[in-house]
Amino acid sequence: MSADVELDNVTIRFGPFVAVKAATLKIRGGEFFSLLGPSGCGKTTLLRTVSGFLHPSEGSVRIGGEDMSRIEPNKRPTALIFQNLALFPLMSVAENIGYGLRVRGVAKADRLRRAEELLALVALPDQGHKRVSELSGGQRQRVAIARALAVEPKVLLLDEPLSALDLKLRQRMRNELRAIQKRVGITFIYITHDQGEALTMSDRIAVMNAGVIEQVGDGRTIYENPETAFVASFVGENNGFSGKIISLRDGEATIETPQGPLTGRAGHGVAAGQAATIFIRPEALRLARPGETPMLGAQLVTTTFEGNTTHVFLRGAGDKPITVSLGRRDGDDIPASGAEAPLVYERRDGLVLAAPSALA
Amino acid sequence: MSNPVTSAALFALPLVVAGLFWLLTLRERCRAGVGASQGFVHRNGPVIATYLVVAVGFWALFMIVWPLLYMVDYSFHRKLPPSRRGGPADVYTLENYWYFVYGSTRVFTSFNWIHINAFWQTILVSVVITIANFAICYPLAYYMAQVAQPAKLRALLLLLIVPYWVNEILRAFAFLILFGTGGTLNAIMIGLGLIDAPIDFIGANVALYAGLTYAYLLLMIFPLYNAIESLDRNQIEAARDLGAPWWHIHLNVVMPFAKPGIASGCTLVFMLVAGSLAAPLVLGGPKTLWFTPIVYDRFYQAFNWQQGSAYAIILLLTCIAFVMMVMRIFKVSLSEITR
Repeated sequence: MSADVELDNVTIRFGPFVAVKAATLKIRGGEFFSLLGPSGCGKTTLLRTVSGFLHPSEGSVRIGGEDMSRIEPNKRPTALIFQNLALFPLMSVAENIGYGLRVRGVAKADRLRRAEELLALVALPDQGHKRVSELSGGQRQRVAIARALAVEPKVLLLDEPLSALDLKLRQRMRNELRAIQKRVGITFIYITHDQGEALTMSDRIAVMNAGVIEQVGDGRTIYENPETAFVASFVGENNGFSGKIISLRDGEATIETPQGPLTGRAGHGVAAGQAATIFIRPEALRLARPGETPMLGAQLVTTTFEGNTTHVFLRGAGDKPITVSLGRRDGDDIPASGAEAPLVYERRDGLVLAAPSALA
Repeated sequence: MSNPVTSAALFALPLVVAGLFWLLTLRERCRAGVGASQGFVHRNGPVIATYLVVAVGFWALFMIVWPLLYMVDYSFHRKLPPSRRGGPADVYTLENYWYFVYGSTRVFTSFNWIHINAFWQTILVSVVITIANFAICYPLAYYMAQVAQPAKLRALLLLLIVPYWVNEILRAFAFLILFGTGGTLNAIMIGLGLIDAPIDFIGANVALYAGLTYAYLLLMIFPLYNAIESLDRNQIEAARDLGAPWWHIHLNVVMPFAKPGIASGCTLVFMLVAGSLAAPLVLGGPKTLWFTPIVYDRFYQAFNWQQGSAYAIILLLTCIAFVMMVMRIFKVSLSEITR
């Protein structure tokens, strides 16, 4: 049913522009895999290469161990869900779902039965006779999924399919997509720029930036142990303080920043004397209690209360904005705006990563 | 026209039409209520609105409705010397229509096969030419609308349009030069040793059919291009991704979507081919049967305007009926075409 997708050193060029640079990736069969990155990072290009609408300038794509370089999109075991869904407006819901089967010469009665089964699977029973234009955004979403699943693909490719929905619906569809994937058991490759979507749904995530895959791993690994400065700042909120590494000892690095020396775990491949950034998550920072040695001086700007958390916005030396997220119990004694509010953190919660320029 | 009352009425009519339109917009606004979308007059200002309505009314009335009504009226009259017009012999009659069917206004024993054959052949050939036109234009329009890069599209458009800057009759003569027995095509084929003696393309109607196909190419391409251009490219890719071969995508995704464009292109081409005069006159061979030259002859050779009018109306009504029928079969409504 499901198949591995392997990208081997895939480079895609459009004229002089390199959209994807030497991407090597092994997506396991039956996995919910997300490609996460800002718009223009090459993730859609990569997806179109897997589906066959683009051909890699270099490298190869294998699906289920089979080389895809000579196989056209209509012959690949993949199905693509478009960002705008691309449902056929002149066909009914059932005809849309049955289109792939019609192409394969399946009889009309069988097509209708299959369409009904799939509509039940995507929780949209008895809607087959409707026109696409009669459905709501969320319902169209489900029809697009059913249409793609109808051809029994080994790999389902999803190009930001939730981006057109409102927030509430988007969150519900996340769970539903995940549930559908578990039920059908095929490989899902999901494209998104929304890290929340990627973290909640995926078995594994590849974070992309400027055509390069920066890190591949499960959500927790990506969040807690980012390997590059880009991943650290793109996935989740983060406070980054840039400077130069002044000491590197026992897996800990201290860097000299405009906000003073800060120490944290030494990340992947950092060296003394190198330009680097220390990343401290907002939830890892807290206000220093009286008598505690402050690690980071800051001045409170404003506070926003969001129920379970309180976000405190501060300004460090050199007007550096700092965000601190406090749990309910820590949020009791927040100083007034403008007051000095020194901060502390656990050293293991700071992560020192080489600055992007130092990598290049 | 010599009667001052008639002329006054004629020139007042457009103003009446304008007034009627104005009343209509008023009524519409009352119906839609305050705050509804602005009316025609309000949007354009009273001066321009009046000008537009008068101009369009004048044009429609004097160029289309009036001549047509005259023709209808003519077709039911006998050809009479001017002195006897309006006299007791000038009665309404179907004589001109009987002439088309029987070749005589009195004896109804044999059919007017020459004219009837020419008529149906014209309709049939027009259908074939329309289909050929569609077959030529669809791939081109699809390429222009979905495949071509902007620079290529501009070049193609220019190449398509430039030949049409030349007058229709001159273009017909160009085809004569191309297809004549001593023409370019024969010269090339003889030069290449493909044939020994020149082929009579004119006599075989090849030149006429080619000329007619070419004459209204643009009227097919542009509606098709417009329709296909508005199709979301993702739908083509979605169909392809679902496993459809290219012909299936065209038949089941692109063509149904472009149906209004196809219908309007085909209607235009069919009507114009069936009613074309220049190409058959220039490119028709000695044995060519085309209906419009026959109509022309009724007017200017036989000087029988009444009969010519009847013939023209037969052609017009048949074409309209035919187009309506085809539209019914393909489930296209008139409003879709004019969209």
